[in-house]
Amino acid sequence: MTTRIDRRMAKLKAEGRPALVTYFMAGDPDYDTALAIMKALPGAGSDIIELGMPFSDPMADGPAIQAAGLRALKGGQTLAKTLKMASEFRAGDDETPIVLMGYYNPIYIYGVDRFLADAKASGIDGLIVVDLPPEMDEELCIPALKAGVNFIRLATPTTDDKRLPKVLENTSGFVYYVSMTGITGSALADTAKVSAAVTRIKGHTALPVCVGFGVKTAEQARVIGASADGVVVGTAIVNAIANVLGPKGEKTADPAEAVATLVSGLAQGVRSARLAAAE
Amino acid sequence: MNKPAMPNSFRTGPDEQGMFGIFGGRFVAETLMPLILDLEEQWNKAKNDPEFKAELQNLSTHYAGRPSKLYFAEGLTKHLGGAKVYFKREDLNHTGSHKINNCLGQILLAKRMGKKRIIAETGAGQHGVASATVAARFGYPCVVYMGATDVARQSPNVFRMKLLGAEVRPVTAGHGTLKDAMNEALRDWVTNVEDTYYLIGTAAGPHPYPELVRDFQSVIGTEARAQILEQEGRLPDVIIAAVGGGSNAIGLFHPFLDDKDVRIIGIEAGGCGLDGVEHCASMNAGKPGVLHGNRTYLLQNADGQILDGHSISAGLDYPGVGPEHSWLRDSGRVQYEPILDDEALEAFQLTTRVEGIIPALESAHAIAHAMKIVPKMDKDQIVIVNLSGRGDKDVHTVANMLGMEI
Repeated sequence: MTTRIDRRMAKLKAEGRPALVTYFMAGDPDYDTALAIMKALPGAGSDIIELGMPFSDPMADGPAIQAAGLRALKGGQTLAKTLKMASEFRAGDDETPIVLMGYYNPIYIYGVDRFLADAKASGIDGLIVVDLPPEMDEELCIPALKAGVNFIRLATPTTDDKRLPKVLENTSGFVYYVSMTGITGSALADTAKVSAAVTRIKGHTALPVCVGFGVKTAEQARVIGASADGVVVGTAIVNAIANVLGPKGEKTADPAEAVATLVSGLAQGVRSARLAAAE
Repeated sequence: MNKPAMPNSFRTGPDEQGMFGIFGGRFVAETLMPLILDLEEQWNKAKNDPEFKAELQNLSTHYAGRPSKLYFAEGLTKHLGGAKVYFKREDLNHTGSHKINNCLGQILLAKRMGKKRIIAETGAGQHGVASATVAARFGYPCVVYMGATDVARQSPNVFRMKLLGAEVRPVTAGHGTLKDAMNEALRDWVTNVEDTYYLIGTAAGPHPYPELVRDFQSVIGTEARAQILEQEGRLPDVIIAAVGGGSNAIGLFHPFLDDKDVRIIGIEAGGCGLDGVEHCASMNAGKPGVLHGNRTYLLQNADGQILDGHSISAGLDYPGVGPEHSWLRDSGRVQYEPILDDEALEAFQLTTRVEGIIPALESAHAIAHAMKIVPKMDKDQIVIVNLSGRGDKDVHTVANMLGMEI
């Protein structure tokens, strides 16, 4: 069974370029604005959309994404609304893969079976759940695979060769390599080390490997994209939204436009990655 | 009759996956998984190593002052006019609470593992002080994360930590309490994986922390059990301890879990009452969820967002609880009851006046429950209350509550 993620990755491979994976927070700063941002992403050059599910206690996230989650929750965002947002997007775009990213508790409280059924119906293609390592696969990973939803695992610098097979075992869609030990939004790690890690992971799996955590500029996207199958940008996008919000949350410019401008630049970086590498 | 089968023993958990029934587990980011597995391996080696045990024993005796006394609280017993009340005097330990038991054990683990830096979270500051103390004693740099609200209401402990050489980092996220401090400590750990040891202060978090913290704290119950047998020639009828994360409580309870005639009661922070959101009674008013590495009872809304809760006592101001308590609750072995801020405050004042002991506000919650049940019990019955810490740190809070200036 192929998913939208598989098809999109295969298409990009044929084109000879890495994917631009864009993360932003569902409901940030409010439902309608976030939906407008989401709709603007594919046109700006995003190949895969990672839709953040806000959580009150995001232990793996830096200040920018913490703040985005709080803005969304304050705006009344819930997991049910995030699924609704995805389905509204899906009504106008049946191609761009959507990956939900967040923490387990809201899913657990929603109910795993109900969540998977509703996610599937909303056009969700994959899940990244930060606090579910392979040791907890029975919770959501196995049920998701049975439901035909990709479960995308994070591999990190601490995942050594001995552990890597366990991490990859039930992974599908792509592997998300976390470029550093740290939280989202930290400074990018040494790119040579990141490339070496991508090569190491590719020695263990045929799945595409996307790299995230710390990629903020088109130039960084270009460099990382030279070796990775995809580049994930999150904090920079979330900051682009925060930058057009005033002290009371009022919009000083159009967030969707701000995000589109940033993403267009990043897309150029990604698109020149392999050309540069070939030179 | 199809009654649920009771386990032969309540003392065998957790299983190999770190589960107590459906509770516990290892819900952490992949970056931390290898560290947690390494900790588990090192812990399994250490707990069976006579040298490790001897070093801990030596420090417990000569540095922390163990065994702590089991004290017959004659003044309180007379005042209440019912069962005999005993206090397990953890307040007499070095640093003034039970927290030192766990910190000594974990600092020896950190040393075995060759770590170079200690981080900890703290609510009331008792664990922060104990962590800063063992870090000073063993020569480690130490960073303590503490909610900004708690920094303000526990200023004496903040100063103690600084004197001991620790860096106290105030956390402003959320309500600025223990939950937020724990998030920030986890963020530090995930960033500094190579050299940092996370010294968790309560019997919660990812496996193996709930188990190892419990084992280090079980010295409380092991001593109390032997002491009451020596002093009274029999086991107590009731044992009571306050539950925030629940480390002093599990430490007292665990050695008594298979003594079927001993009634065990854990006390949650009832705050301003369970009707609203101003409390921290996760087992009385919450439901199971996943936070900070484990599944346990949590205060949360219908969307699975964690609530902040409230307690007069910074040490109980946490919207979750250690996973073993959740399991003991569901299995029915331990009963968990709420005590309100006002009731704890009354117990704090009464204990001070009739016993000449200023208890920590956390411990005052346990005493407050004893005040409710002891008068209804027979004079030959016995109640042990865990006096988990001393209350010097709380005098500003209490003065504030009583409308006094100091």
